[in-house]
Amino acid sequence: MATQSSRKAARAMLSPTVILLLVWMIVPLAMTLWFSLQRYNLLYPDRTGFNDFGNYTRFVLSPAFGGAVVNTLVLVVGVLAITVILGILIALLIDQPIWGQGIVRILVISPFFIMPPVAALIWKNMFMNPTNGLFAEAAKFIGLSPYDFLGNAPLASIILIVAWQWLPFATLILLTALQSLSSEELEAAEMDGAGPVSRFWYIMLPHLARAITVVVLIQTIFLLGIFGEILVTTNGGPGTSSTTLPYLIYKEALLDFDVGTAAAGGVVAVILANIVAFFLMRAIGKNLDA
Amino acid sequence: MARHVTTQRRAINSAAAWTVALMLFFPILWTVLTSFKPEAQAVASPPIFLGFDWTLQNYVDVNEQRDYFRYFVNSVIIALGSTALGLVLAIPAAWSMAFVPGRKTKDLLMWMLSTKMMPAVGVLVPIYLLFKTLGLLDTRVGLVVVLTLMNLPIIVWMLYTYFKEIPGEILEAARMDGATLKSEILYVLTPMAVPGIASTVLLNIILAWNEAFWTINLTVTDAAPLTKFISGFSSPQGLFYAKLSAASTMAIAPILIMGWFSQKQLVRGLTFGAVK
Repeated sequence: MATQSSRKAARAMLSPTVILLLVWMIVPLAMTLWFSLQRYNLLYPDRTGFNDFGNYTRFVLSPAFGGAVVNTLVLVVGVLAITVILGILIALLIDQPIWGQGIVRILVISPFFIMPPVAALIWKNMFMNPTNGLFAEAAKFIGLSPYDFLGNAPLASIILIVAWQWLPFATLILLTALQSLSSEELEAAEMDGAGPVSRFWYIMLPHLARAITVVVLIQTIFLLGIFGEILVTTNGGPGTSSTTLPYLIYKEALLDFDVGTAAAGGVVAVILANIVAFFLMRAIGKNLDA
Repeated sequence: MARHVTTQRRAINSAAAWTVALMLFFPILWTVLTSFKPEAQAVASPPIFLGFDWTLQNYVDVNEQRDYFRYFVNSVIIALGSTALGLVLAIPAAWSMAFVPGRKTKDLLMWMLSTKMMPAVGVLVPIYLLFKTLGLLDTRVGLVVVLTLMNLPIIVWMLYTYFKEIPGEILEAARMDGATLKSEILYVLTPMAVPGIASTVLLNIILAWNEAFWTINLTVTDAAPLTKFISGFSSPQGLFYAKLSAASTMAIAPILIMGWFSQKQLVRGLTFGAVK
């Protein structure tokens, strides 16, 4: 079908995209690698030259690094756990015959479209604020003293905010997968006397496995980069208690002007993300032929 | 699944589903309500749900005191600009991969996707410095370029999965009738692909509108879009809940409505076709 000339044309149409993406990938990454080996601080322009792996040791050995890695993992795992478990439950619920399913779907999916700074500021001010927030009002109403969410449990509060934003994504994908399950299979199981729990465990959950994998992997990619929510709620604090890897790098680069160390941190982040990406690509690649 | 259930079962399920849905939607509803309150009533204790003195003053204030409209225009230009540029690049690329696949097509697609996996912080420093050198910091052109490149793999992928579903025989027939490549794409393929292209456009506008890493870090004032504008509310200044709510409502309303229309296609776009 494809003639010589159409092949040539196809290549010509493909190349702008490929070349641009290649440049977009290689140039900044090469620069990051280069800077990561240099002494480069915008505040001390006279200190230059190779620093070997000094930036890496400085970044990795800095007191904030270990905490930032732990915080990043806690954030990612916490949000994943909440969104996947609640996502499955909500998807199962919405998949039942209910009145106004279309509107319910729209209400559930809505938080996903809220831009991150808006979501974070709404929660920070109107819900979690210890004097005027709705949670404080609710606490007062039932006779408890208000709790300073972002002050006392900053990371857990951020997890809550981010989970609110991503729960719709998990729900929507799991619901889509659930709806592709043939009802005959379920009915057959029902006839054979399988109760709701075993129907869920032996038929629905295996059917959802692929969708769950996709949800986990795609969310991980996005969650590893969570930034705006932290910037507008806690600024990484109090202290460094809600500083994640992306926020730490941002602080090094744009607040402390230490380009070299920030670049080293960037390389560390790229390596971590690539480990996740490796598994994601395999999962998606498998589905590509289907 | 169209299974038969009793009315009672249906009522219980419906009540549960609506409760969950309203709880998840409540923060948005509360923000919209608060945006119509006078500042003093926005922080009233106990909170007032509907019986407040409805006002549009906050919207007026946000526009006049904070120059909301300029940020809004920037958001529109950046979202539409990056989407348009992305389409111009991606339609030919997706066409060639869908209809003239080579041995390397699959690898190429996977590689494009892998560029998405790069964490933005990993390249923040070089992009920032490049932008500074090239004079692109705080320009709309700069942001359009970055967001185009960032979302290009998603656009290509989405278009590819839609193009794949168009039967190749139709294109062959057009070719037999002497259609040139250009007219084949313009008059045969594009009209058939309109629904797919439309949902790709919607998803991309949503992603670009809400992008909050590059838009915050690469702008100061001139090119700053709504993400930056809203971030400016992070340090409280007197009574500001109602104004924050008005600004937030205006920032999210257009995208929320678009999102409602594109939710079905969203799954496909965001999972790169892995879940349909």
